[in-house]
Amino acid sequence: MKADIYGVMAEFDNPTALVNATRAVRDRGYRKLDAYTPFPIEELNDVLHLHKNKLPLIVLAGGILGGLTGYLLQYFVTVIYFPINVGGRPLHSWPSYIIITFELTILFGAISTVLGLLALCGLPMPYHPVFNVPRFSAASRDRFFLCIEATDPLFDKQRTSGLLATLEAKEVSEVAH
Amino acid sequence: MADEQLVIEKPQSHEILARGYTFGTITDQISAVVLTKRTPLFWIASFGLGFILLQLLLASAVLLFGKGTGIWGIRTPVMWGFAITNFVWWIGIGHAGTLISAILFLLNQKWRNSINRSAEAMTLFAVACAGLFPLLHMGRPWLFYWLFPYPNSTTVQPNFRSPLVWDVFAVSTYATVSLLFWFVGLIPDLGTLRDRAKNLFAKYTYGILAMGWRGSARHWSTYDTATLLLSGLATPLVLSVHTVVSFDFTIAIVPGWHSTFFPPYFVAGAIYSGFAMVLALAIPLRAAYGLDGIITLRHLENCAKVMLATGLIVAYAYIMETFMAWYSGNPFEQQAFWNRMTGPYSAQYWFLVTCNIVSPQLLWFKKFRQSPVLLFISSIIVLTGMWLERYMIIVSSLAQDFVTSSWSLFHATRWDWATYWGTIGFFLFLFFLFVRLLPMISIFELRSLLPQAKVGEEVKG
Repeated sequence: MKADIYGVMAEFDNPTALVNATRAVRDRGYRKLDAYTPFPIEELNDVLHLHKNKLPLIVLAGGILGGLTGYLLQYFVTVIYFPINVGGRPLHSWPSYIIITFELTILFGAISTVLGLLALCGLPMPYHPVFNVPRFSAASRDRFFLCIEATDPLFDKQRTSGLLATLEAKEVSEVAH
Repeated sequence: MADEQLVIEKPQSHEILARGYTFGTITDQISAVVLTKRTPLFWIASFGLGFILLQLLLASAVLLFGKGTGIWGIRTPVMWGFAITNFVWWIGIGHAGTLISAILFLLNQKWRNSINRSAEAMTLFAVACAGLFPLLHMGRPWLFYWLFPYPNSTTVQPNFRSPLVWDVFAVSTYATVSLLFWFVGLIPDLGTLRDRAKNLFAKYTYGILAMGWRGSARHWSTYDTATLLLSGLATPLVLSVHTVVSFDFTIAIVPGWHSTFFPPYFVAGAIYSGFAMVLALAIPLRAAYGLDGIITLRHLENCAKVMLATGLIVAYAYIMETFMAWYSGNPFEQQAFWNRMTGPYSAQYWFLVTCNIVSPQLLWFKKFRQSPVLLFISSIIVLTGMWLERYMIIVSSLAQDFVTSSWSLFHATRWDWATYWGTIGFFLFLFFLFVRLLPMISIFELRSLLPQAKVGEEVKG
């Protein structure tokens, strides 16, 4: 069952008003909401409870994978695949493996950070309903937006718009699909 | 409005940026550089210079591929010559960008936001120039992929015990991570350009690159974590890159190279030359584009202070290097340093000491640090000095090592110079393309520095 609109969106001209409005809306029980801002606002993380994400875990896994790849690659090449006896020194010369192990740890860690970021944000996403709001292009300049999505159980076009209008919003508009 | 007042009085913000900026004006000023149809004469001249010198690089590369590395002055025993000098110099310059974007981020230095984007771009392009030299120096550059371990029919593999192979991994990792870091930083600003571009082609191009960024609070939260993690990863990386480059020297037993303090000495020298390049680029840019309110005197002064500090570390390294040569009692080591100071390369040695140790002492004076023109001259002197340092380490040690009968001096040919100036052209070419096509200052980070960006006291609705 798809609602006829994506949600309603309120526009604010300063971050304090946005944070206060988000807090108020959340206190009323709305959960399917998102704020859109031209720069990161730490207080929004508190209000929207966004402190945990899986990115550090992804990066840790990527880094460990990179380290293992680096070490095992060198072990395989120097001990099994292409062993060279240099003055009777051990084939498994681990101190000289450290650097490439380190470099590949960082490389895999960084690549998994970026891929993890894109995956967790669901990017690239060429189309999103919020872009249908004509004023929304200001979200990347100087305006702050709060969108309550129609999928929220408490959502009601009239009442939710009315609530947003009471919260110092400059403008409240509907977001088409 | 009482909340706003409280915010403005916080001491750190207003010194970083000039007063009176709003979210809108700061966005407009920086994006206008890219989105305008008018291209300033300064840009055309700098880009033109870069483009002409780039042709010189292409010409010398074509000749090099046709005739071989003999067109350069490299002869036994100085087989590294200009190529490795330039490689070490360029890769060192790159270090300032990562230092500004990663280390200063972790240290919560807010002033970095005005210069980090252009410094990161500088890193990328400097690494690109650096990477060219080992490739051109190979003799058969088309076989460069032999550097990487890959399954092949000859069953021969790289020697993982060699610092030259470590270098391949260090530099390619550095280039990749710098590119990723830079691109992640660009995504929100690409969204701004997409929303502001009038030209349809520009709108689509920035739109595709921004990947649908919409500034959602959920995205910002993950984005901040990603920036923090990337900084954490890039910090040990940047310190390791020049360390690994210095291993190319220290692991050999050549006198003047075989020394344990090369890694910190090289890293300090890298940051020194890197900040000199940051100043050499930022000072003309802020003048030409009227960015004095964003890249303020405080930024220049801070860069100058970092330059002074790292310059002093480099000076200490020179003194210790000489002292250890004497104190070691190793006659070859002593001879190498005596040759540097009084031998055939003494003119270059004393010139580099003047450039790197004597001239930056002027940076102790606040008057000097606050004069953009003097700082610009000073940064060019440091860049010259650091190039000479790399030259001195490589050429003088190789020219006169253990056995007197194998001594021979290095004479640069015109193609050595052409390749070197060619990469400077390549660098300018790439850098000015970046200035014209992408926002050279991180817009969203500057917005968050404005006093208006602070969320006021909690007002329960």
